Amino acid sequence: MDITLPILILAIPIAMFLILGLTGMKMSHKMAGVLGICGMGTTMVLSYIVAYTYFFSSGSAITADGMSMPFIVDGVRQQIQMFDVTWLSWAFERGTLTVNLGFLLDPISAMMLVVITTISFFVHLYSWGYMEGEKGFQRFYAFLSLFSFSMLGLVVATNIFQMYIFWELVGVSSYLLIGFYYKLQSAVAASKKAFIVTRFADLGMLIGILILSYYTKTFNFIDLTQAGGPEEVFNTIGSGSVFMGCSVLTWALVLIFTGGMGKSAMMPLHIWLPDAMEGPTPVSALIHAATMVVAGVYLVARMFPLYLMEPASLDFITGIGAITALYAAVVACTQIDIKRVLAFSTISQIAFMMVSLGVARPEIHEGLGYMASMFHLFTHAMFKALLFLGAGALIHAVHSNDYTAMGGLRKYMPITHWTFLIGCLAIAGIWPFSGFFSKDEMLSAMYGYSTFWGIWMTAVAGLTAFYMFRLYYLIFWWDENPHYKHHTPHDAPWQMSLPLIILAAVSCVAGFIPFGELVTWNGEPYHIHIDWVGVAIPSLCVAAAAILLATIMYRKKNSLPDKVAAIWPGLWTAAHHRFYWDEIYMFITHKIIFNGICSAIAWFDRHIIDGTMDMFAKVTQKTSYAIRGFQSGSIQAYVWWYFLGAVALAAVTAWAIL
Amino acid sequence: MILSNILIWFVIIPMLMLAGLAVCRKMNQIRAVMVVLSTALLVLAGYVCVSFLELRAAGVQDEMLFQGHWTWYAPLNIKLSVGVDGISVLMLMLSAIIVFAGTFASWKIDPLPRNFFLWFALLSMGVFGFFITIDIFTMFMFYEVALIPMYLLIGVWGTGRKEYSAMKLTLMLMGGSAFLMLGLLGIYWHSGPGADGAAHTWNILEIARNNSISTGWQYFLFPMTFVGFGVLGAMFPFHTWSPDGHACAPTAVSMLHAGVLMKLGGYGCFRIAIYLLPQAANDLAWIFIVLTGISIVYGAFSACVQTDLKYINAYSSVSHCGMVLFAILMLNTTAMTGAILQMLSHGLMTALFFALIGMIYGRTHTRDIRKMGGLMQIMPYLGVCYMIAGFASLGLPGLSGFVAEMTIFFGSFEHADMFHRVFVIAATCSIVITAVYILRVVGKLLLGKVQDEHHRQLTDATWWERLSTVTLIVCITAIGCFPNWINETIQQSFIPIMKNLTAAI
Repeated sequence: MDITLPILILAIPIAMFLILGLTGMKMSHKMAGVLGICGMGTTMVLSYIVAYTYFFSSGSAITADGMSMPFIVDGVRQQIQMFDVTWLSWAFERGTLTVNLGFLLDPISAMMLVVITTISFFVHLYSWGYMEGEKGFQRFYAFLSLFSFSMLGLVVATNIFQMYIFWELVGVSSYLLIGFYYKLQSAVAASKKAFIVTRFADLGMLIGILILSYYTKTFNFIDLTQAGGPEEVFNTIGSGSVFMGCSVLTWALVLIFTGGMGKSAMMPLHIWLPDAMEGPTPVSALIHAATMVVAGVYLVARMFPLYLMEPASLDFITGIGAITALYAAVVACTQIDIKRVLAFSTISQIAFMMVSLGVARPEIHEGLGYMASMFHLFTHAMFKALLFLGAGALIHAVHSNDYTAMGGLRKYMPITHWTFLIGCLAIAGIWPFSGFFSKDEMLSAMYGYSTFWGIWMTAVAGLTAFYMFRLYYLIFWWDENPHYKHHTPHDAPWQMSLPLIILAAVSCVAGFIPFGELVTWNGEPYHIHIDWVGVAIPSLCVAAAAILLATIMYRKKNSLPDKVAAIWPGLWTAAHHRFYWDEIYMFITHKIIFNGICSAIAWFDRHIIDGTMDMFAKVTQKTSYAIRGFQSGSIQAYVWWYFLGAVALAAVTAWAIL
Repeated sequence: MILSNILIWFVIIPMLMLAGLAVCRKMNQIRAVMVVLSTALLVLAGYVCVSFLELRAAGVQDEMLFQGHWTWYAPLNIKLSVGVDGISVLMLMLSAIIVFAGTFASWKIDPLPRNFFLWFALLSMGVFGFFITIDIFTMFMFYEVALIPMYLLIGVWGTGRKEYSAMKLTLMLMGGSAFLMLGLLGIYWHSGPGADGAAHTWNILEIARNNSISTGWQYFLFPMTFVGFGVLGAMFPFHTWSPDGHACAPTAVSMLHAGVLMKLGGYGCFRIAIYLLPQAANDLAWIFIVLTGISIVYGAFSACVQTDLKYINAYSSVSHCGMVLFAILMLNTTAMTGAILQMLSHGLMTALFFALIGMIYGRTHTRDIRKMGGLMQIMPYLGVCYMIAGFASLGLPGLSGFVAEMTIFFGSFEHADMFHRVFVIAATCSIVITAVYILRVVGKLLLGKVQDEHHRQLTDATWWERLSTVTLIVCITAIGCFPNWINETIQQSFIPIMKNLTAAI
């Protein structure tokens, strides 16, 4: 394999963006849709070829400098920089710091190429049906292409600065797509919120990168993560520098992780993701379920050897992840909007991956947590995209986001029903669906690290099964909505159904992929074995119990849910209001920052600073008015002044002489 | 022969503009003169840029290329000395682009189009003259030439409280000039002998080579020159001319003023204050780091609550230009390179902003964001351009702002002491605040519902407006996507300045 394929994988989506962005207005919808789908389809095929070659051939890659790099050396999968061109170089006294743009091929980037292009392709296809007749159809495809380009650039980044560049670009693509219906005030507000919250998080990431690069004088991931690379640097320079009780490296890593917290919607920076559901549903499936929101997980995975040097930073990740997972799962049980349930479920699942990374240690099952996290990233992308696309089909059919407008839909929308059920079973972790395998591996890793986190996360897994089946029953069973008589819901057109069926099929079988053979923290293959007695059966029992409970409560319309909610009304209300995080943020941003700081500064500027300047002018003006009387033009007055002056001068002279 | 020097044509062409305009009577003739000659300026700047890079590539090591010296007042040894390094070449390029775009942006200026363009041409002559000269007296003279037309341009063609604003702007900048004059005279009297045997010299290169200004005098002259130029660079607390001035100025004047004239401040700061007074720069930089650091955050916070489009941009300029001066004061190559990049980037993007604001104002007759909304539906072209300008401003990769800001941050972070770290981190916070006010404006102005039903009849951009904006957007994207050649040109031009600075520590 040479560099043609990597270049094409990046070039096709950006070319599509430019073509559709610049000339889209003059194109028909059909033309734009076909162009977008074909472009993404080609990219997908190319990515498959790259990933297949990398994983399953024992050949080698020809990099841009003409070097032949074997994919596997001594049974270890290699990290290969296909190309790495200088984009910007900064000169310092202690050497230059270059920003490169390149293409790094390694197990996780190859896996991400597959995930991104697959989901992106199905979303492109699905949107052809979902967005049909929508104004700005071409713009939608242009933005999807821009997003795909940015996300692909992010995962193949050879260095952390390239990752930051594309990190910002996915942020802006997300902004544009959330705000796609820009006439709606709610969409505009949601897109703004998403951008600003993630920007705030990126500030942390930027400072982290600043600190890291100050010490290591490199951005390159391979240099940063290789043994004896930064370790040595930090041991010589960094260990002496302790800031507020933590080493500088810990600070840098935690700050970089802050960026990941923003993108991956970890607490307390999760508030943008539920609102981001204002965007069109295919966008939610692509960006806010499968790809962009896992960027934070990917970031930690990418720099994992560095995080491993500072276990404190990994413990921080574990803590944040565990709290977020529980919080989001609890909130998901009380939401009415089906997309928000899925959004909170996404937050919770990503937090699962974070915890799994946070507990990964080479000495515990040979870094199982890392592999499991990536495995779950893969399976989650598939079944969560499936669930979101299913939700899109439902919304398309009933024209509402709330489950109160649904109920009993299983008869009307069989394809959606069955595929949604598969998605629910997968996320609940029922054998043999894909979620079971990845979740089992993650839980094994957590139990291996500490029983406390293992039990905690098993409980979260139980909640997951509960709220997903609550959603499933409320949509497809419960009570039939009377409105169906006027407007019978039906399954979506083939462009929308086909992705559902394929993703459902993938969700059924993806668990049997020997993932450990392909993706591990150090590139050495790892044999997956399921710990049936210790982890799998207990967690299956918990999931089954949760599903049973959901079945009892929600299969048919009854008053049980209200009774349960009435046991702790305070808890239910608080969870329904997402524990008031939005209100707290509103208070801080509007009341304190906006009204308190910004307005005060603006007032200070106008009245104090500018007032001082105006005062100088006024004083000058007043003074000149006051003394202009002397210049009266009257000869007598001048003579008097002359005389007085002469006398005064004479007096002074006389005094001086005497 | 003076005309054989290529740089002098940067002054000759605006003079030709003046002459041409003086004989024009009809609007079309005026436009023809302006278009032809501003295009000529653009071509000339492009040519100079290419020949400069070729000479450098050929290994010419002189600090300033295309030099020429002509005495015009012998008793005080005042000369018209010209010469450019990589930074001035880029500044000339920037000015030419903005004059070109500004010409098209004021296609329908009213009333008195001829007089408007006369002053406009005079202003651009001052700007170009400033960037090509290396004689500080002549430099100062061109600086004044650029300032005075501003008074009339705002006072006559402005809007709102134009007389007040014009007066304020002129007086404050003149006040700055007074400091500057003192500083320059002081530098002259301590400059040491010139190459031609005179007792003193105004020539920047010779003064830098002599390096004979005593530390005591440097301590006195550095604040004079830095504040003198800093006023024009909108440094806190001398920035208040900027919001009023910009708000009242006509479109092309705002473009030229924010785009180029404010850059004169930053350019002067490093070319004179830092280069010629290196000892004081090393010792006193901290005072101005505090002030410019305040500028950055303060300007950004102020912009968050403004309701007038031009005020938002003026405060945003305070923040961004604060970044320029802040980076210059970091006194290392990378940060200062970032400062120049930020000048270019801010120049282009603010010019674009002001052009667009002018176009929107020309249609809606209001600049109050509370009275507008949903303009994206009505004028999608202008809306998209505004968004691009906004993204450039908040530092989106691929556009020029990102490159400049990152270069500044990574350069500034090289100082490891607590004082610098605190201010650098405060400066990085501006990327979030910028995002807040940019998205606030975009959300209110362009997106959402149409606020005023009368706006539905408005039309989208005309061809001259498109030309003006496309020129700027292409440049912004070009810098953003391929920054390294500019970066290296600038870095290389900083070598002599850095040598002076490190020698002075």
